[in-house]
Amino acid sequence: MTDRFHLDAVPIRLESCGKTFPGGSRALEPLDLTIRGGETIVFLGPSGCGKTTTLRMIAGLESPDPGGRVWFGEEDVTALPIERRNVGMVFQSYALFPNMSVAENVAYGLKVRRVERADRERRVEEMLDLMHLGAFAGRRVDQLSGGQRQRVALARALVVRPRVLLLDEPLTALDAKLRDSLRLDIDRLLRGLGVTAVYVTHDQGEAMALGDRIVVMAKGRVAQIGTPRDIYHRPTDGFVADFIGAMNRVSGQAQSGALRLGRGAFPWSGPDGPVELLIRPEDIALAAEGEEDTHLDGLVAAAVFLGDRTRLVVETGDGPPLTVDAASRSGLARGDRVGLRLDPSRLLNLPQP
Amino acid sequence: MSVTARLDPQSRDSLRLAALLAPTAALFAAFFLLPLARLFVIGGGGDEGWAVYATILTNRNHLDSLIATLLLSAGVTAVTLAVSTVAGLFLVRHRFPGHAILVAMLTFPLAFPGVVIGFMVIMMAGRQGLIGAITQALTGSKLVFAYSMTGLFLGYVYFSIPRVILTVMAAAEKLAPRLEEAARSLGASPWRVVADVILPALKPALLSAGAIAFATSMGAFGTAFTLATRINVLPMTIYTEFTLQANIATAAALSFLLGLITWAALALARSFAGSSVAAAG
Repeated sequence: MTDRFHLDAVPIRLESCGKTFPGGSRALEPLDLTIRGGETIVFLGPSGCGKTTTLRMIAGLESPDPGGRVWFGEEDVTALPIERRNVGMVFQSYALFPNMSVAENVAYGLKVRRVERADRERRVEEMLDLMHLGAFAGRRVDQLSGGQRQRVALARALVVRPRVLLLDEPLTALDAKLRDSLRLDIDRLLRGLGVTAVYVTHDQGEAMALGDRIVVMAKGRVAQIGTPRDIYHRPTDGFVADFIGAMNRVSGQAQSGALRLGRGAFPWSGPDGPVELLIRPEDIALAAEGEEDTHLDGLVAAAVFLGDRTRLVVETGDGPPLTVDAASRSGLARGDRVGLRLDPSRLLNLPQP
Repeated sequence: MSVTARLDPQSRDSLRLAALLAPTAALFAAFFLLPLARLFVIGGGGDEGWAVYATILTNRNHLDSLIATLLLSAGVTAVTLAVSTVAGLFLVRHRFPGHAILVAMLTFPLAFPGVVIGFMVIMMAGRQGLIGAITQALTGSKLVFAYSMTGLFLGYVYFSIPRVILTVMAAAEKLAPRLEEAARSLGASPWRVVADVILPALKPALLSAGAIAFATSMGAFGTAFTLATRINVLPMTIYTEFTLQANIATAAALSFLLGLITWAALALARSFAGSSVAAAG
């Protein structure tokens, strides 16, 4: 990647940006958020959580409720319509112009900006080469595969040197294998260009792989903002914990400074009474039934072979079944009995949503 | 064993296709090709012989009538497309109380015969018409244009709008809002979005609806007949040659010409729009 393609890293600031739709339904509670220049921020959440509304507000396709402000660097862009914000957008449905060739699609933004023809053609060619689309310049859009179309859409959005790149579920329409390869392409591109990017998805895998920071959203509110590691290892509530990755629930009994969980006892500082704790599958170790230091015994109710590992569902006879990962060659199968050892330092005690 | 079983699969398929096409082909021949051929022959069977086809194009009156009809139909098509595209897009994108009733009312003119349309034009712009009364009150002189080309033009636009507006609305429903957002994100003004995204997407629908509006205006008779006096369009000329002057050969030759020109216009539109006109028209 050459320096020529390096874009300005413009910080973005949302200032109490809420959105109430006509009819009174609240799509987004007032939100304050600063996106650092050059940062890739991912809005993650189930459908209807307000992530797309937030993206569209940054784009200028929706305006915030009165009092809300959107800043691009030092410029207040709240009143600017999208066509004057200089943003790049990539959509789930590609949204390529069907009446134009690949090169004409990419050239469109430059043509609108009245960039001189020679300059325009050079920049389009460079961008197509950067996206490995050089051979397709003259093709019609409907002659391309989904992955190629989305690369054209990226090229079209980036060639105008936008202040921010906005991606609305760009990989959702692709099949799994293409999704992985294009995700790597996007990652490489965003790091290389240094452009501020806002990425909306409902897929936690994409969010983890691409985001410098992730904003987990639920029901129009921000549930947690943090790096992928923060969000995964230190979720602040049960919703985030359940939404990102697999999570187990185990119940224990607290009594005078100790928490009894199966056969184990852990130091406990909270009040006495029943306690529900969360733990990730990878923080539960498998052992033979009844082996020393195990906390729980269980029966393998289901074993799903995933290639690199086998995901087990283990019934412990106390509370919901637990999800545990076994090594690929462990040979454990439905009906086997196992012992479970919980890593006490990994047990999470979170407020429930 | 049947005859077809002995043929190779490909000829069997062609045979089956021919059998399936036969009823349509018979109808097409009986009600289109034969009458048209007959018309062509009758045209050449008058006193002048085949020279009539040259004469109608050199006869001042006929040529004027042909040009007037073409200009009228082209004008009606252009104005109808402009009005219906704006109205159709508006109706698809805005919901308001009475929306369904308004759309239903816009399709009203489809049900009227040309005579009624002519009658309505007279009520509005005729000697006793609404516009006449208003201009009389305001300026002292009565504005009357019902019995002219202007009146005919208005009547044709009125009954062409529903056909076009319904086609435009159906096409506008299918416009992808993301395409317009993509164009805007790249800096396109609302007008550019119309020119670069909306109109190209509506093009097949506009071409097919325009072709229908054009063909209908070329051949419409009832309205012209009602407004009569000073109007010289091809269907009227044919009527005059046929009934009043009993000049059957000329009438037939003119009819053949009218059909030919309209067909050519539709074929032209079809070649622009790909196969979409064939489906719609």
